[in-house]
Amino acid sequence: MNNSPYFLKPASVQSVMLRVLAALIPGIAVYVWFFGAAILVQIGLASAAALVAEAIMLKLRGKPLALFLTDGSALVTAWLIALTFPSIAPWWLTVLGTLIAIVVAKHLYGGLGQNPFNPAMVAFALMIVAYPQLMSQWPAVGATEFATQLDAIFGFRHLDAMAMATPLDALRTALHTAEAKATVAGVLGENAAVGNIGGKGWEWIGAGYLLGGVWLVQQRIITWHMPVAFLATLFAVAGLFSLIDNAQFAGPLFHVFTGGAMLGAFFIVTDPVSGATTPKGKLIFAAGVALLTWVIRTFGAYPDGIAFAVLLMNIAVPLIDMYTQPAVFGHKNGEHS
Amino acid sequence: MSMLHRLFNFHGGVKPAYNKEASTQQPIAVSPAPTFLVIPLHQSIGGTPRPLVQAGDKVLKGQRIGEADGNVSSAVHASTSGTVTAVEMRLMPHTSGLPALCVVIEPDGRDEWITRTPFDYRNATPTQTRDYLRDAGVVGLGGAVFPSHLKLNPGKSGKLDTLVINGAECEPFITCDDVLMRERAEATVKGIAIMREMLAAGRVLVGIEDNKPEAIAAMEKAVAGEKDMAVIVVPTRYPAGGAKQLIRVLTGIEVPHGKRSTDYGVQCFNVGTAYAIYEAIALGQPLVSRIVTVAGNVEKARNYEVLFGTPMADLIALCDAKPDTDRLIMGGPMMGVRMPADSVPVVKATNCVLVGSPILFPPPPPEMPCIRCGECAKACPADLQPFELYWFSRAKIFGKAQEYNLFDCIECGCCAYVCPSHIPLVDYYRFAKSEIWAREKEKEAADEARVRYEFRLFREEREKEEKAARLAAKTAAGREKAAAALASVDQPTTTPEEDAKKALIAAALERAKAQKADAAPQNTEQLTSEQQAEIAAIEARRAEIREMAKPHLPPDN
Repeated sequence: MNNSPYFLKPASVQSVMLRVLAALIPGIAVYVWFFGAAILVQIGLASAAALVAEAIMLKLRGKPLALFLTDGSALVTAWLIALTFPSIAPWWLTVLGTLIAIVVAKHLYGGLGQNPFNPAMVAFALMIVAYPQLMSQWPAVGATEFATQLDAIFGFRHLDAMAMATPLDALRTALHTAEAKATVAGVLGENAAVGNIGGKGWEWIGAGYLLGGVWLVQQRIITWHMPVAFLATLFAVAGLFSLIDNAQFAGPLFHVFTGGAMLGAFFIVTDPVSGATTPKGKLIFAAGVALLTWVIRTFGAYPDGIAFAVLLMNIAVPLIDMYTQPAVFGHKNGEHS
Repeated sequence: MSMLHRLFNFHGGVKPAYNKEASTQQPIAVSPAPTFLVIPLHQSIGGTPRPLVQAGDKVLKGQRIGEADGNVSSAVHASTSGTVTAVEMRLMPHTSGLPALCVVIEPDGRDEWITRTPFDYRNATPTQTRDYLRDAGVVGLGGAVFPSHLKLNPGKSGKLDTLVINGAECEPFITCDDVLMRERAEATVKGIAIMREMLAAGRVLVGIEDNKPEAIAAMEKAVAGEKDMAVIVVPTRYPAGGAKQLIRVLTGIEVPHGKRSTDYGVQCFNVGTAYAIYEAIALGQPLVSRIVTVAGNVEKARNYEVLFGTPMADLIALCDAKPDTDRLIMGGPMMGVRMPADSVPVVKATNCVLVGSPILFPPPPPEMPCIRCGECAKACPADLQPFELYWFSRAKIFGKAQEYNLFDCIECGCCAYVCPSHIPLVDYYRFAKSEIWAREKEKEAADEARVRYEFRLFREEREKEEKAARLAAKTAAGREKAAAALASVDQPTTTPEEDAKKALIAAALERAKAQKADAAPQNTEQLTSEQQAEIAAIEARRAEIREMAKPHLPPDN
């Protein structure tokens, strides 16, 4: 016997997750255009690994398999892992990362809805600490021949010719190692593979994610708070420092269009399970991630900082939520019940 | 007449399919008197009326059969003329499936009224008018059945800024207020005018959702001659018809949980109540029937004027329920309650009998874990964070649930309606609320027991001393001395030693009282009568569950 309400809006976790996947498609399409079809292989690998791991864990935990396996949440994690890992990374790197995300970061913490940390970011952080070299080999623009890429993923040959650092990584390495001679303009200008705004190709992938992300806001899957707070904070802090010294600090447009910024703004910081939930809390959470991202990108030792920034802010979520509870009906003038 | 009026927004809300067309195609019909009327004595918030009749009595239509039990109560009347065949326990229109005292009347078919005398409220004191309305059985017909006479009091200031009349009717399927306003707008406005006079209200705002153009037109026409009375069209969004939400939309005022709206210069009544007041005062007719929507899984959805006590089965029979009907719901699909049987009677709270089927109201899809997506928070009209309340209720961290304002939840169902994980959120809140009430009751009982125990210790000590004094009187010298000793015991001001003890006990009692006051959680203080009724209903449910659980428990339970 059920109680009121007797009818429900046609909504489901599955439909939420599938729309998130759909929103990733424009970004993925641009990715393929600039860097070849290897990313699709990685998505396939990660998806398969995620579903197998999910099925085993559900079985072990005695959960209804069909219901949870089809909810789409494992696929979202898998796709995000594939998109944040280098697309020419060896197959086992992606698979291992996915297994860690699903088994450790998701199911060992209690499964869907229970994980305090973003599973994809746990995978990224662990892999970049364990395999910094492999996690830094990104495909060069134009090196899109599929057979060669497949060789890199499944073969055991290391293909230095087609690999390079991301613009963000290149910039950081140059600024940190070239003893004050390198400047932002110098690095980004002299490197032929590095484009105008966020790096050749990267800015367009970012635009693809932006498009999908705006659609997610329109679909009411995510609210505007997190993407806006994230991008605005990143833009502001990068802008401020590049005004102070534009030779040492990359500009705001570069920061928001390079690396994982757009993907992060709309698809990673917005993970509802591990993120803040109140409107004010969302602003604080996303702004915090952006600030930490900029700090790690600028002063840290890793090519991008979003994963660590997200994980650090994940820890703060219960506190943020507790202190940002919105006033309830009738108590908006500071009155308390 | 319509005028430019600033509307305010309330947070959240949902837009379910309204399904109101089917029952508004035809005018209100009169439901015939059934073979037997089963009239529950308790049909309003507050005390249960005392029966005034017994089996064998002849009654007239409108004759009082239940007398209000104190001022927070409302009288009950015979809905038609006939013979009382029994005053006995019958199944109530309530989810609990518990019986309550009912007057069963066999109609004589003559439908003969008592002598109806209009009430000259202008030459009566406000108290007299309120007493008259209490004895005429007028209660809120929006579904809350709060005795109207208690609300027709402007409070300390003696006047009111705004009288809000609720014609929003936001629940899907329900159209009884819609058709009432279409067909009886003038009488309704006369009732509103009476209420306004009683409340000394500056202005009257009649709020109607914009999906009822006919009702809006009829009401606009009816209010045309009235000063400072306007029909305000509000956007259709559930629960715009919640009293607090409508007050907010029309005036911008938010009446907090547990506070009287008159303290904020506003009072809100349902249009059906206005019409009932018109009938009671202008026609001298107590409340014996109401308009009830029959909708859902029926061939002929329609509104009926139904005598209280008419079994729902008789009403449904008029509308041809489809064969796959699996339940009756009193009220709408968002907040309605499932009936334990179709034999239960239509009562003052019955605005709609919603006929359900597995196709119309399918069982919810399997429940998934909460993913904290926040859809519920976006939909909550009380600005709560429903998923937080869910986590706390589920984990039985009731203190936290209260801290997150669990008791501000109006159980409108918006959160559960939008939840992509199909979590029956409102059930969790009902559970948490009833647990908290139960614990408080237990605590109160424990406190009382402690006070009793302390008093017993005090009494035993006193008796011992009295005995000793008597003993001393017997054995020791002189009768005079003994008498003096006895007298000293009998009088409260005795030896300094005893005084000190009494003071100690008094202090302990005082401390216990203070502790109790401190420990009482804030949210459950100053419960309104509605909430007390709700607590009673939940208690009844709990009792039922305990009964059901008995066979499965070890014998000593």
